[in-house]
Amino acid sequence: MLLGRTANGLYWMNRYIERAENMARLVDAGLRMALTRTQSTSEEWHSVLLSAGSEQAFAQKYKDYTVGHASDFLLRDTSNPSSVMSSIETARHNARMVRTALTRETWESINDAWMSLKRILAKPIDERDLPTVLDAIKRETAIIRGSFYGTMLRNEIFDFSQLGTYVERADNTARILDVKYYVLLPSISWVGSTLDNYQWESILRSVSAHRSYRWVYDADYKPTNIADYLILNVRMPRSLTFCYRFIAEHLKFLSDDYGERHACHQTAERTHAMLRTGSIKDIFDTGLHEFLVDFIRDNTRVGDEIAQNYRFY
Amino acid sequence: MVAFDEMLPEESGPRRPYSAYDRWLKEQDPARLTQKKEDAERVFRKTGITFAVYGELEASERLIPFDIVPRIISGSEWRRLTQGIEQRVQALNAFLDDIYHRQEILRAGRVPKELIARNAAFLPEMIGVRPPTGVYTHIIGVDIVRINENEFYVLEDNARTPSGVSYMLENRETMMQLFPELFQKIKVRPVENYPQLLRQSLAAVRPQSAKGAPTIAVLTPGSYNSAYFEHAFLADQMGVQLVEGSDLRVVDGHVTMRTTEGYKQIDVLYRRVDDAFLDPLTFRPDSALGVPGIMDVYRAGNITIANAPGTGIADDKAIYSYMPEIIEFYTGRKAILGNIPTWRCSEPDSLKYVLEHIAELVVKEVHGSGGYGMLVGPTATKKECADFARKLAARPWNYIAQPTLALSTCPILTEKGLAPRHVDLRPYVLVSDRIQIVPGGLTRVALKEGSLVVNSSQGGGTKDTWVLDD
Repeated sequence: MLLGRTANGLYWMNRYIERAENMARLVDAGLRMALTRTQSTSEEWHSVLLSAGSEQAFAQKYKDYTVGHASDFLLRDTSNPSSVMSSIETARHNARMVRTALTRETWESINDAWMSLKRILAKPIDERDLPTVLDAIKRETAIIRGSFYGTMLRNEIFDFSQLGTYVERADNTARILDVKYYVLLPSISWVGSTLDNYQWESILRSVSAHRSYRWVYDADYKPTNIADYLILNVRMPRSLTFCYRFIAEHLKFLSDDYGERHACHQTAERTHAMLRTGSIKDIFDTGLHEFLVDFIRDNTRVGDEIAQNYRFY
Repeated sequence: MVAFDEMLPEESGPRRPYSAYDRWLKEQDPARLTQKKEDAERVFRKTGITFAVYGELEASERLIPFDIVPRIISGSEWRRLTQGIEQRVQALNAFLDDIYHRQEILRAGRVPKELIARNAAFLPEMIGVRPPTGVYTHIIGVDIVRINENEFYVLEDNARTPSGVSYMLENRETMMQLFPELFQKIKVRPVENYPQLLRQSLAAVRPQSAKGAPTIAVLTPGSYNSAYFEHAFLADQMGVQLVEGSDLRVVDGHVTMRTTEGYKQIDVLYRRVDDAFLDPLTFRPDSALGVPGIMDVYRAGNITIANAPGTGIADDKAIYSYMPEIIEFYTGRKAILGNIPTWRCSEPDSLKYVLEHIAELVVKEVHGSGGYGMLVGPTATKKECADFARKLAARPWNYIAQPTLALSTCPILTEKGLAPRHVDLRPYVLVSDRIQIVPGGLTRVALKEGSLVVNSSQGGGTKDTWVLDD
C-alpha cells in the first residue's frame, strides 16, 4: 500500500534528480562548443537555455548569453526552479517527504549530494572550475542512481520512481532535439560542414552519446543516424524509445499489481507502439519538428494522467 | 551548590556503574576519542537527524549536539525508577478517565475545580468519551532529575506527544558503530526494540471495529515540523504509513488515507499533531493539519487516537504540583517518585514567597515548554529578575516556581578532557493492556558550564543512556 502523496513525492524526486543531471550535461555540451568554436558563442548558449526550457526566465534577468551568465543561471540560481541547485533542493525535499519509502542508502546519497552541492554551488563559479563542478554534479547524481538501483526493492515504490526518471528523460531528449532539429534536416546539408559537425556532436554530447554513437553507427556523423539514435534506438539509454519501453513496463507492473488499468496506460502504450514500429524515414517525412512537438505534448499528458490515475493529489 | 556527579562524585574514583567504562576510558588515546566525536557528528549529519529550532534564521536544520560519554544507570537504580514511573503512569490514566467522567477527585476536593475548568488543556469535547480499551495516554515521557545518590525527582510528565525517542535510538546506534568493543565488555540492556514495542502497543489498543490486523499510521504536521525526522523514523521503523492531514478523509464513518489504489481505512492513529489542530470541525477551524470529522469517528469508537485528545490536562504545569495528591488518590499509596517542591503563584502566600526569593528560584510559565519563557534566578542578572518579577506580579496564575536544585552532572568530552555538565533523563513509557518502559531513555545535557537548561532548543545536547544488565 502506498499513499498517493508518497507516489507523487517519489515521482518528482526522481524527475528532479534526472533534471539536475541533464542540466549539468547541457552546460557541459555548451561549454564544449564554446571551447571548440572561434566565433561568438552566444548563439550556442541561447540554444542551451532553450533546451533547458529556461530561456524566457533567463532573458528576463540577463541581456547577454555568456558562459558566465548561462552557467550561473542553470547551475546555481535558486530563482530558476530547474537549476541544478533548485533541482537538488526539490529532490531532497521530496525525498524527505517520502523518507519512509527509501532505503537508508538512497536517502543518504541524496542528502549527501544536497550537502556537497550546496557547498560547491554556494559561490559563483570561476569558468576554469566549471569542468570540475560539472563532474561533481554528475558524480553525485550517479551515486544516487547507484544507491537507488542497488538497494531498492522492485515494488510500486520503484515503479513510481522510475516513471519520474523516464518521463523527465524523454522530455529532456525530445527538447534537445527540437531546439536543434533544423541542423538535422537533410535539406540544409548532406555533406556536413565543420560547423554542422560541431552542432551534431553537441547534440550527442548533450545526452552523453558522442562516443557510443560511433560504436553503433559509422564513424561519421549523419543527421538521420543521430536522429535515429536519439529517437528510435532501443539500446541507447536516453532515446525516446528506450524511455518508453520502461515507462510502459513500469505502468504494466502497476496494473498487474493493482489489477486495474487507467488512461495513462493507453496513452503510454500508444506512444510506445508508435516508437517501436516507426522508422526514421517516416518521422522525417511527416516532419521532425512536428513529430517532436506531438511527442512532448503526449509525454506531458502521460505524466498528468499518472498523477491523476494514481491519486497523487 | 555542589552538584552530584554520577560518574566521579569524588577524587577517589568512579561510582560503581561507571567502573568498567572508566577503566576502558583510561586506556583510550585522547586523540582517538576526539576523532570519534567528529565521526559521530558526521554519522548524524549524514542520516539527516536534524532538529529545527524555532526563531533562528538559516538554522532550519541543525544537529542536536551529541556527547560520546554515556550516561550509565545501574540495574537496581533502574528498577526503583521504573516502579515509580509505573505508579505515576497508572495515576495519570486514572486521573484522565476520572476528569472526563465522574470527576471524583474534584468532588473530594483534592484538586481545585477551577484548575480544571479554566484550563485550556481541558477539552470539554472529551467529557463522557471513553477511548478504545480505556487508555488515554499511551506514550509518555517522564522527565526525571537526580540530586544525589538516592534522590530522584520528576520534573515534568509529558503525556501529550513526547518527542525525542528517535534520539534515544539513534544515539545507541551511533555508539554501537563508534565503540563496538565497549558493548562487548559492558552488558547494556537493549533499547532497539522500542519501535516493535510501540507497534504492538498501538495494535493492542485498536478499536473493536478493527477487523483482523489493525492498520496503524503516524500523523505528522509535515516535513517542516521540527520533529519531522522523528515522525518519519518511527513510521519507518514500525513499518506503518506516515500520513499528513491532506492524506486523510472521513469516509463512511471511518478515517481513511488516500493511496494509489483508493481510500483505505485506518484503525489506530499515532498522532504527532496537537489537539487544537486535530479536527477543524471540532477545534481550530483554520487547521489544515488535521482531519475534518475525525472527532465524530473517535466518539463513535471507530478509531484509536494516541495519545487521546485532552491528555494535556494531566501534564499541565499547574496540575503537576498536585501529582503527589493525584497518585495517592488513585493508587492508594504515596508517590514512589517525588515531585520537586513547587510554589503555585496563583496562591497569594506562594506568590509573596516567590517574589521575595526570585533570585534563588526557577520560575516557569504554566503552559510553556522547551525552556522558553522561564527564569533561572541564580544565573539571571538583577535586571532580568526584576523584569521577570513584574511579569509575574501582573499574571501570577500563569507561573509556578521551583527551587534551583543541584541537578546531578555527568561528564562530557570537551577540548580539555572530561568536564561535568548537568543532565536530566526522559524514559519512554508505553501503555496498552500493560505498561512497558524501555530500559534507557533520552539523557539531555546542558553543554554550557554551569547551565541548568538542557533543552535542545536552547543549546542542550544528548547522550546515550545505558541501563546495565546487572
